[in-house]
Amino acid sequence: MTIRPTSAHTTTELSAPIISVRGVHKTYAGGFQALRNIDLEIRRGEIFALLGPNGAGKTTLIGIICGIVNPSSGTVVAAGHDIRKDYRAARAAIGLVPQELHTDAFESVWATVRFSRGLFGKAPNPDYLERILRALSLWDKRDAKIMSLSGGMKRRLLIAKALSHEPEILFLDEPSAGVDVELRHDMWRLVRELREQGTTIILTTHYIEEAEDMADRIGVINKGELVVVEDKTALMRKLGKKELALTLRQPLTALPAELNAWPLNLSADGQTLVYTFDSQTEETGIAELLRALNQHGIDFKDLRSSESSLEDIFVSLVQQAKGVKP
Amino acid sequence: MNFYGIRAIYHFEMARTFRTLAESIAAPVLTTSLYFIVFGRAIGSRMGEIDNVGYGAFIIPGLVMLNLLNESISNASFGIYMPKWSGTIYELLSAPVSWIEVLLGYVGAATTKSVMLGLLILGTARVFVPYQIAHPGWMVAFLLLTAVSFSLFGFIIGLWADSFQKLQVVPMLVVTPLTFLGGAFYSINMLPPLWQKVTLFNPVVYLISGFRWSFYGIADVDVAMSLGMTFGFLVACLAFVWWAFRTGYKIRN
Ligand SMILES: Nc1ncnc2c1ncn2[C@@H]1O[C@H](COP(=O)(O)OP(=O)(O)OP(=O)(O)O)[C@@H](O)[C@H]1O
Ligand SMILES: [Mg+2]
Repeated sequence: MTIRPTSAHTTTELSAPIISVRGVHKTYAGGFQALRNIDLEIRRGEIFALLGPNGAGKTTLIGIICGIVNPSSGTVVAAGHDIRKDYRAARAAIGLVPQELHTDAFESVWATVRFSRGLFGKAPNPDYLERILRALSLWDKRDAKIMSLSGGMKRRLLIAKALSHEPEILFLDEPSAGVDVELRHDMWRLVRELREQGTTIILTTHYIEEAEDMADRIGVINKGELVVVEDKTALMRKLGKKELALTLRQPLTALPAELNAWPLNLSADGQTLVYTFDSQTEETGIAELLRALNQHGIDFKDLRSSESSLEDIFVSLVQQAKGVKP
Repeated sequence: MNFYGIRAIYHFEMARTFRTLAESIAAPVLTTSLYFIVFGRAIGSRMGEIDNVGYGAFIIPGLVMLNLLNESISNASFGIYMPKWSGTIYELLSAPVSWIEVLLGYVGAATTKSVMLGLLILGTARVFVPYQIAHPGWMVAFLLLTAVSFSLFGFIIGLWADSFQKLQVVPMLVVTPLTFLGGAFYSINMLPPLWQKVTLFNPVVYLISGFRWSFYGIADVDVAMSLGMTFGFLVACLAFVWWAFRTGYKIRN
């Protein structure tokens, strides 16, 4: 199945970022500062995951890029066009799936995707819309009123609406919220296909494994500030920790003082010794540790090594930021 | 120009109208018929002619205006208020459409609907009283101009309102009284001299007077004045909407 038709996108050269956000601040009318000095570049054709706790400013940032929220200051260029001066071209290149399930109750599925396509300035193309609805398993529901759809179906309908005008850039604000496991798989497959066909995808999610699975790059935003933007693999390498857990033959009450220099942690029951090390470094120090344990007569019957997940990294980043901020 | 965008909005709004066609037509036609039965027949038969026009015929332009104003305002205000209320406005805000295009869609659809209704009421009136239209071209011009201006005004109310109550407040508390006091059922020459002056501050007087002139060639105020006031109102509304979209007034944070 191909979702994107043949129409070639005629925008700036390939190497330039498809979205570039420069010095964006946002203070809401009530005086709340939702974004502080955001600089961000999204590369053409990537899947970018924007992570952050509730209220971090993810939806606000997406709203600014899509034209729903006015930035207090700063500039955004999307698909080579300034989103304010050249809003037509910029917005025509963007499709947005909002976080909230905003739909018209009385419209039919078919009428609403047709409406979206027209609104974004595209000539009618029923074949293309049919392909999208089929890909999202909504074709059978095409004549149904939207209010008769389930929550997950509405979510998919919003995706269909966002894709209806063949955008180069697709924003998915928490697309997996309220979607069951099977449909989530289908949805991610669709997202991968879109990426293969050249669509740039920016998503937010609270399921960190999803970001770990899907994303090429990851941005973490906390309290309106971008804490980190990094290649997923580099991020996991750089901030990821490895652990070596040793199950001891004889429980220990305390570690010998000579071993205090090592980053070791003894479990409460004295059965397990955990050694944490940087996964990046050449010298893991495992060989020396084992020798040292041997010298002190500490014997073990089992050992396991594990790597921290993106989730661990995310939690530590957000906590670090909390510690820094008053 | 994003013509597909204009068409999409216009279709969307017209589809909404046609979904509730029976209600949209039944209510105004029924109330107008009641007006004719009560004012035209029962009371009107005891009233003398006003400026050589029978009372039943005299009230027709005013009744059409009354409906035209209410319909234009309620259609257009509801049209833009609903997406604000349901949240679907995100799509409009993120779409490559200018404020002119948004207006052409929403106000165009509201105007279409209220002009259709105005003509329907003229048809209904025919059942009750015979009347003639002296200047059909001007009649249509006034009808259109009023429908456009008040659809624009309704659009503004829809932008401004943040509850269904507020949506009703302006039509009920402002427009209906102004229409009743604007000479829909009487000639302002029938008022005491002081009230004749006061009433000139009521913009609806100019609409009704101009419209009635296109039927019977009689007017309370100068026709040029009527036309000028209506245009002035139109331009003021346009200016407000232009400003609202520039600043994001109540729609874009
Ligand atoms: N219209 C608004 N007026 C005032 N404050 C707002 C408005 N919209 C959002 N905020 C505030 O801005 C902050 C960021 O909100 P935002 O919706 O961008 O967060 P988020 O990262 O998307 O959170 P979540 O994960 O819960 O969706 C929050 O503190 C929120 O209360
Ligand atoms: Mg959000």
